[in-house]
Amino acid sequence: MTRRKPIATGSDWNFEILDAFEEEIARLADEYRLDTYPNQIEVITTEQMMDAYASVGMPVGYHHWSFGKQFLAVEQAYRRGQMGLAYELVINSDPCIAYLMEENTLMMQVLVMAHACYGHNSFFKGNYLFRTWTDASSIVDYLVFARKYIGECEERHGVAAVEQLLDACHALQNYGVDRYKRPSPVSAAEEARRQKERETHLQAQVNTLWRTIPGRPRGDALPGMADEEDPLGLHEGGRYPPEPQENLLYFIEKNAPLLAPWQREVVRIVRKLAQYFYPQRQTQVMNEGWATFWHYTLMNRLYEEGLVDEGLMLEFLQSHTAVVNQPAFDSPYFSGINPYALGFAIFTDLRRICEAPTEEDRQWFPDSAGGDWRETLEFAMKNFKDESFIQQFLSPKVIRDLKLFTVVDDDQEEMLEVAAIHDERGYRRIRESLATQYALAVREPNIQVYSADIRGDRSLTLRHVQDSRRPLARSVYPVIRHLHQLWGFPVRLESVQDDEVVRRYHWPLPEEERRD
Amino acid sequence: MTYFIDRRANAKHKSAVNRQRFLDRYRTHIKRSVEEAVNRRSITDMERGEKVSIPARDISEPVFQHGPGGKRTIVAPGNKEFVEGDRLRRPGGGGGGDGAGEGGASNQGEGMDEFAFTLSREEFLDFVFDGLELPHLERKNLVDLDEVRPVRAGVSKEGVPARINIVRSMREAQARRIAMRAPIRRALREAMEALAEEERKDPVLRNPARIAELKGEIERLEKRLEAVPFIDTYDLRYNNLIDQPQPSSKAVMFCVMDVSGSMTQAHKDIAKRFFLLLYLFLERNYEKVELVFVRHHTAAKEVDEEEFFYSRETGGTIVSSALTLVDEIIEARYPPGQWNLYVAQASDGDNWDDDSITCRDLLVERLMPRLQYFTYVEITPHAHQALWEEYERVEAEYAERFAMRQIVEAGDIYPVFRELFKRRIASA
Repeated sequence: MTRRKPIATGSDWNFEILDAFEEEIARLADEYRLDTYPNQIEVITTEQMMDAYASVGMPVGYHHWSFGKQFLAVEQAYRRGQMGLAYELVINSDPCIAYLMEENTLMMQVLVMAHACYGHNSFFKGNYLFRTWTDASSIVDYLVFARKYIGECEERHGVAAVEQLLDACHALQNYGVDRYKRPSPVSAAEEARRQKERETHLQAQVNTLWRTIPGRPRGDALPGMADEEDPLGLHEGGRYPPEPQENLLYFIEKNAPLLAPWQREVVRIVRKLAQYFYPQRQTQVMNEGWATFWHYTLMNRLYEEGLVDEGLMLEFLQSHTAVVNQPAFDSPYFSGINPYALGFAIFTDLRRICEAPTEEDRQWFPDSAGGDWRETLEFAMKNFKDESFIQQFLSPKVIRDLKLFTVVDDDQEEMLEVAAIHDERGYRRIRESLATQYALAVREPNIQVYSADIRGDRSLTLRHVQDSRRPLARSVYPVIRHLHQLWGFPVRLESVQDDEVVRRYHWPLPEEERRD
Repeated sequence: MTYFIDRRANAKHKSAVNRQRFLDRYRTHIKRSVEEAVNRRSITDMERGEKVSIPARDISEPVFQHGPGGKRTIVAPGNKEFVEGDRLRRPGGGGGGDGAGEGGASNQGEGMDEFAFTLSREEFLDFVFDGLELPHLERKNLVDLDEVRPVRAGVSKEGVPARINIVRSMREAQARRIAMRAPIRRALREAMEALAEEERKDPVLRNPARIAELKGEIERLEKRLEAVPFIDTYDLRYNNLIDQPQPSSKAVMFCVMDVSGSMTQAHKDIAKRFFLLLYLFLERNYEKVELVFVRHHTAAKEVDEEEFFYSRETGGTIVSSALTLVDEIIEARYPPGQWNLYVAQASDGDNWDDDSITCRDLLVERLMPRLQYFTYVEITPHAHQALWEEYERVEAEYAERFAMRQIVEAGDIYPVFRELFKRRIASA
C-alpha cells in the first residue's frame, strides 16, 4: 500500500479537513462493509453540548424539571473539571445525528467520527433490538410531536398538573416495555411450571393468593385487612388481568380508571420514549465495544495509509487507552466494569479467535475459530444483547486478561465468598454470572401488574418476584405513591419469593406505618 | 452519505426552560440557601452567583431498585490473590465493590448526599428579591412626562429607505402587477383567439388587413405587459415608528448617613449593606439608577462612595442639615417629573436636641410630597431618642411611603429589608 501524505497535522481543524477525513473514513468503512444510516454531523459549542447532554441526547425534548436538574449537574461537574464533556453523543435516528464539540482537537473530531458515525451508527442499523424496538426514521418527528403535545397540555391544564403527571410516569418509565424474562434454565423451568399452573388452576391459585394475605406474620399485614380484602364474591370472574403484565405504563394507559384522555396520551408518550431507549439500556457493552473496536480499527488504517501522522496517532492512543482502561476492583478509580473496556476486549478477541485461533479457542468456539472475522463480528453485533453476547462470546482469554472473579454476597452468611476465578473451573461460571449481571431482569427488580380489583375496591396489586431474596430499596414508597396518583385507587405491592409473599407495601400508607 | 452542519450559531440555553422549572420546583430549598448566603457575604460581594446545595434525597427521582440484602453474585475485575473458595470480610460501609449490578443507584457521583449547583447572578438576585416589591411604584403620570420612546406602529407609505418593510412592499408590488396585467392579458388572449380564428379560415376568405391589425394589436399588448414595472415607488411600505411617552425609568437614590463620632465602622458596614441591597433592588426595577451620597455630622456634604463609607469624622449631629442638602440637590438636578426619588437614611439615632422637629417639618412639607419612598434604619441596640419619635409621626402621615426599622446587628439587615419591601396585598 502506498503511503500517502497526512491530510492534516496539528490539532486545529476546519470543515474542509473534517470533510476530507470523513471521506477517507467512509471509504474504509465501506471496505469493511459497515452498513450505516446517512450521517448528519453537527458542530456545536460546549454549552450546546451540555444542553444535549441534559436532555439525555434527545435533539428535541419536552420540558421537565428533571432535565433542568440534569443540566445543572452537568454544568457543575464540567465547571469543576470533574468531567471531560461528552466525548461523543450520537442519536439513533435516520439520518444518524452525531455531535462534534468545537473545542475538540482534530484528533478528537476524527476519533468521534469513526466512533459515532460509523461505529454506533452501524450498530443502530444492524442490531436486532434496535431493529425491533425503534424506528430511526420517525423518532425525531415523534419527539417534535411529544414536545408540542405536552406544551399544549401545559397551556390547557397548567404546568403543575402536567409536571405531576410526568413525574409519576418517569418513576415507572423503566417499566414501560414488555421485557422478556432471562432465559436462564432454572427460572425458565420455574416460569414454565407456573405458567402451566396458572392456566390449569387459575382459580385455585387466586384462592391460594388470597389465603396467604392474613396469615403472614410480617407485621405489615394489618388488622382489618382481611376484612378489606375479603375476596368472597368479588372475584368470581377471575383475576384481571388474567396474565401478569410487565408493561406497567401500558397497563396504566389502557386500564387506569380515572385518567383523562390527554393524561393517557402523556403516559403513552413517556412509554414510547422509554421504548426508544430500551435497546440502549440492554446493549451498552456491545454498543460501546463495537464503536470502540471500529474507531480503533479505522484509526489504525488511517495511520497505515499515512493519512494521519505519528503525533495524531500518539494522541489518539493516549485517549483510546484511557477509554478502555479497566481499573481493578480495589483501585480508588474503580466504579464497576467499564463497558468500553469489556466490549472492546470481547470484539477484539473475537477477531483474534477467527484469525489466529488456539487449541482452547477451537474447543470453546468451534463455530467461529478460524472463520471469517468480519462475518463473525457482524453476526455477533446483529443478533445479541449484552446478556446473551457475554454468554456467547466472553472468551477465557478475556477473562484471564481482565482477571475476572466472582464474589457471592449472601446476607445470610457472615463472609463473602469467592466463587470463581479465572481458571479452568471458573470460566464458565464467571461467564454465566457476568451475563446474568447484565440481564435487565436482574439489574432491575422484576415487577408486574398482578391484579386489578375491578369488581371490588378497584385497588391495583403489583407483584415483585424477588431475585435471590433481594428486597426492594426504600424508593419503593415514592414510586408506588406515583403509581397511586395514576391509578387513582389504593395500590399494593407484594414481594414474592418462592411463591410466598414475603413483604407488602401499600399506598396510601396505613396510619401506623406512616409514623415509621 | 454525510453532511456537516455548523450549529454553533444556534441558540444556546436550550435548557433554560428546564432549568427554570427546576429552580421553581425547589424554590423553598434554594431560598434558604440564598438567605444564608446573603447574611454571610461581604458587602461588595452581591454581584456574583451562588453555589447552592439541596439534599439529594429531596430531589431524587424515585424508581424501583434493588435494596441491600439477599444473595448477589458480583463479577469484578483485577483479581490478584484470590482463589476459589476464599472467604472475605464484608467491606465496611456496605455496597462496596458492586458495579453494574446495581441499577444506577448513584451514577451521579460518589454517592453524594448533596446536589450542588451554581445559580447565575441574575437567578441569585431573583431569589434575594423574591416576593419583594417597591412600594408606591405607581408609574408617574403620563401627562407630565417628557420622556418618549419610539415604538412600532404598523406600516406606512412614507419613510426612510432604512425602514423599508420588504415583505409588505413585495406583496403590494405583486398585487399591483396582478391588477395591472389582468386586463392586458385578457385583451391579449382575445386578440390571439381572434387571430387564430382568422387564420383557421380558408386562405381565400382571410382578411389580410384584419390579420395585420390583430398582429399589431398583439405586439402592442405584449409590450404593454412587459412595461408593467416589477416594483414601483408606490408599492413601497415602511415600518412606522411613533414616539410614545414613557413612564420614567430613571431613579435616583440618596444615601444619607450620620458620620458623627458615635457611628463606628461596624455601624457603617451595616448601613452599607443595607444601602447596597436597596441599590441592587432599585437597579432591577429601573433602567438607570443614580446614587447620591450625603453624609453629615453637624453639617452635610455630598461625597463620593469611598469617602462616604470610609472617612471618619467626629462631632455632633444635626440631621436636618442632610435633609436640607437632599432637598437642594433635588431642586437643582433631579426634577421629580423625570426622576423617581428614593432616600435611604441610616443613623444611630443621635440628633441635636431641637433638630428632630425641624427634620419632621422638612420631611412632611418639602421632601415627602416628592419622594417615592423614604426608608430610615436606626442602627442601635439602645432605646430610641427624639429623632425616632418625630419620624414616627411622619410615618403616621405618610404610611405608604415612609418606612423605618431598627437594626441591632448584621444578621437583621436582610430580614429588615425583606420586611420593608414585602409585597403588600392590595388592601383598603
